[in-house]
Amino acid sequence: MQGKCGLFFTTYRAEAQVFPSGFQKSMVGLFLAILCAVPFVLNTHLTSIVNLVFISVIGAVSLNLLTGVCGQISLGHGAFLGVGAYAAGQCSVHGVPFPLAILTGGLVTALVGMVFGVPSLRLKGIYLAIATLAAQLVLEYVFLHGGALTGGSNGLLLKPPSILGFAFDSEIRMYFLLLAFAAGALLMVTNIMRSKYGRAFVSIRDFHLSAEIVGVNLFRYKLVAFGVSSFLAGVAGGLWGHYTGYISAEQFNIGLSISYLAMIIIGGLGSVLGSVFGAVFIVLLPEVLNALANTLAGFWPGIALHVVAMREGVFGLVLILFLIFEPEGLAHRWRLIKAYWKLYPFAH
Amino acid sequence: MEYYLQLIVNGLVVGSIYSLVALGFVVIYKATKVVNFAQGELVMAGAYVCFALTVQFHIPFVWAFLVTLVFSVLLGLVIERMVLRPLIGEEHISVIMVTVGMSSVLKSVVQLFWGTQIRVYPQVLPTEPVVIAGLPVAPVYIAAFILSALLFAVFSVFFKFSHMGVAMRATAFDQQAAQSMGIGIKNIFAMSWCIACVVSAVGGVILGNINGINAHIGHLGLKVFPAVILGGLDSLLGAALGGLIIGVLENVCDGAARQLLGLGGFREVAAFIVLVVILMIKPYGLFGTKEIERL
Repeated sequence: MQGKCGLFFTTYRAEAQVFPSGFQKSMVGLFLAILCAVPFVLNTHLTSIVNLVFISVIGAVSLNLLTGVCGQISLGHGAFLGVGAYAAGQCSVHGVPFPLAILTGGLVTALVGMVFGVPSLRLKGIYLAIATLAAQLVLEYVFLHGGALTGGSNGLLLKPPSILGFAFDSEIRMYFLLLAFAAGALLMVTNIMRSKYGRAFVSIRDFHLSAEIVGVNLFRYKLVAFGVSSFLAGVAGGLWGHYTGYISAEQFNIGLSISYLAMIIIGGLGSVLGSVFGAVFIVLLPEVLNALANTLAGFWPGIALHVVAMREGVFGLVLILFLIFEPEGLAHRWRLIKAYWKLYPFAH
Repeated sequence: MEYYLQLIVNGLVVGSIYSLVALGFVVIYKATKVVNFAQGELVMAGAYVCFALTVQFHIPFVWAFLVTLVFSVLLGLVIERMVLRPLIGEEHISVIMVTVGMSSVLKSVVQLFWGTQIRVYPQVLPTEPVVIAGLPVAPVYIAAFILSALLFAVFSVFFKFSHMGVAMRATAFDQQAAQSMGIGIKNIFAMSWCIACVVSAVGGVILGNINGINAHIGHLGLKVFPAVILGGLDSLLGAALGGLIIGVLENVCDGAARQLLGLGGFREVAAFIVLVVILMIKPYGLFGTKEIERL
């Protein structure tokens, strides 16, 4: 399967490639081909779950850029998604074309994110976490009491998105739209991470004082991290709003922020692939629990009443167990599995 | 004027509960440097256990209260041993998220056992209001205030004079130095979780006596953050004052917003706006220790 034993680079260019080996390239191509075939095999319900996974992937990878790569803990990511959803939604309601609406949503969120990122210059670690928690709660209040801007407690109703007259009005059509956005977001973050900016972010995460001494402008790079991360969060929010066709303030509560943090922790901090794993895991978890409850309903009739409470408990339990037993997340496990099979059957 | 006076009195009562919960938070942070996002759920756990003992098992209130305290000590030990100890030395975000996960689990357990509807405590104290300075105040409010003050006094003395208290302060100051002086760090950590659980449970029981309880009183835990940031994350006095100030402030702001601007629900955010302002001006709060970083 593999030609040479290992990879030997002779140029920096070759080393900096996203997919250095031909084998990897073909595997990624194969995976994309499978992804394109998937919606024709799955039923509507399953396709809708995969669509939610795509949206969560965008949100998770954006949070991972901020928290995992740059080390700035944000408990307000859910509210940033909300800002994007409302901004893009308002644009759509006023007749702005869909791609422009999403872009505006992203830019508005980037601006809001940078405003809340300003304290990050003075605040570190838990203090920043608490400041972003405040941002989350203040934004939630604005969503609920924003009057005509957010529709208050009535929320906003949106039509399905359309590009140049082609309406994305079914799950399958939405699937390809969201797939394109998710792939774009992953590519964007991967590229940021191997650029000058990505290396600066990592240096800030590892130790901010050292970073500053070697010439990284802390304030500028932290603001950029907040800006880019919030931009992607805004895009994810805008897509989510257009996908469900309805935006309400309850969607973007603190629970959403926590589940995004859970995604990047379960997936693996600072890893693009980890964000994908985490998003898949957290979106599938409640669905699997529901399916399990439905199968068990025959033996235990009252279970349906307890599913909501159990879902939260299982979520917390999974989070705790991952932090204790697999602190580096699924991405780490994936690396171990790959290493095992690379050396198979001579693994020691 | 009387409207605002009433708001201030209500604020002081709510604030005294915030202070209690903040006390638990600060004790944990001081000794273990863990930011506990499950503080509100500890309040909830205590409140529900006491409720179950008095209402469902018909145990007299005083005994139920004592059993609740014992339960809280056990809960603290279990949490410290099972959840927090494996994470000693991990990054901030891991420790924060493990307490978040814990809060989910506690919430879920309470919902599984007791559902989400409001539960009302039996009346322990008389209901006729006592008139203080021309204002009617319910006795349970006075009891809440006195109990909080008493607990603060007890813990201040505990930290100042008792052997264990001094050991805990030493651990907070420098873990390695404390360990080399023969202090069992693990015991200190366990002790601080027990204390936090106990004071939270007391707060929960008081809260239950005032308003009744439902599965959402865990939100109280979020209100602790403005209080502790205002007072300084590692200061007991700061927790006491911060809780009271935040309680009064949010009640007055809420009342003012309702009366002057016609805005409802401002209570939920007033404290957090204050929080952001404090973080910008004086991030270490009124009495907090300034962190010094060296290369």
